Amino acid sequence: MLATDDDLLRQAEAWRREGRGVALATVVETWGSAPRPVGSHLVIDAEGTFMGSVSGGCVEGAVVTEALDVIESGAPKLLEFGVADETAWQVGLSCGGRISVYVEKVS
Amino acid sequence: MDLALLARLNEERAHRRAAVLVTDLHTNTQRLVLEKDIASDPLSFVLSDALRMGKSGVVESEDHKVFLTVQAPVLRIIAIGAVHISQALVPMAKQLGHDVIIVDPREAFASPERFPDVTIHAEWPDVVLPKLGADRYTAYLLLTHDPKIDDPALNFALKSDAFYIGALGSRKTHGKRGERLQAMGFDEATIKRIHAPIGLNIGAISPAEIALSILGEITAKLRLKPDGTKIGN
Repeated sequence: MLATDDDLLRQAEAWRREGRGVALATVVETWGSAPRPVGSHLVIDAEGTFMGSVSGGCVEGAVVTEALDVIESGAPKLLEFGVADETAWQVGLSCGGRISVYVEKVS
Repeated sequence: MDLALLARLNEERAHRRAAVLVTDLHTNTQRLVLEKDIASDPLSFVLSDALRMGKSGVVESEDHKVFLTVQAPVLRIIAIGAVHISQALVPMAKQLGHDVIIVDPREAFASPERFPDVTIHAEWPDVVLPKLGADRYTAYLLLTHDPKIDDPALNFALKSDAFYIGALGSRKTHGKRGERLQAMGFDEATIKRIHAPIGLNIGAISPAEIALSILGEITAKLRLKPDGTKIGN
């Protein structure tokens, strides 16, 4: 069972060893009321399968899309989500907080 | 992240060793700092601070930001007593992400039928606890109601730096336990480390409710400072 963020790192390793394209997303900073704490992970494979969460459901869809891009290109991305950033992103956090998410490929 | 680096991080966790992954958010370079190497690391001050708090986060290094992924060992609950409360506690503790080990010398209690999918040691605590090792990420639960089994376990637990020690029994039972421990040479401050009666006061009656109150108390111990405010705030 994937109860903790550490289990997700094990999942990321297992998926990669199976030969899947894998990206790891990590909440690196939060401002205001953010749903998941710094250090929370989302693990994504090249098919768009994902485990874990970085926002409890608010922005996972967008992170998965970006992650597919990162798996393709290999270049990490630092994403920001939140009400303060509406022009840059179509998705926002309903709770009004802001989060920064680092997405990297496991290679 | 390099797969070898990720594998190393996972391996350290499997061995209950702390480690910090340092990601430079400007250059995207990464390195893993093992617990034993923290003191000699250029970032030793911030690394040891982050590890003590068990908190991942961004720190400013020279002129740019680095992210520290702090990996403290998984919390381990060693329950003395393969009793009804322990049976209820195992699945709940797993849900919370904790490891559970059951110790009870009475083989009829410590049977795989009663405890599937969990590590059981049908041995005396004074024999098995030293073998399991002790660290500050370990909690000891004394659940047998039997001083013959609980006391040797307490004798070991109270000498360790376990973050939580809880013992089942009424105030009266605990009073007698305190007297026995004093006779064994433990001072009052050490005996006060024991949470007794065990668990938060939520009026728990059933084994599952008592397990919940114990896990609630462990969570509080983990997340709150002694003054009741949240750690990290």
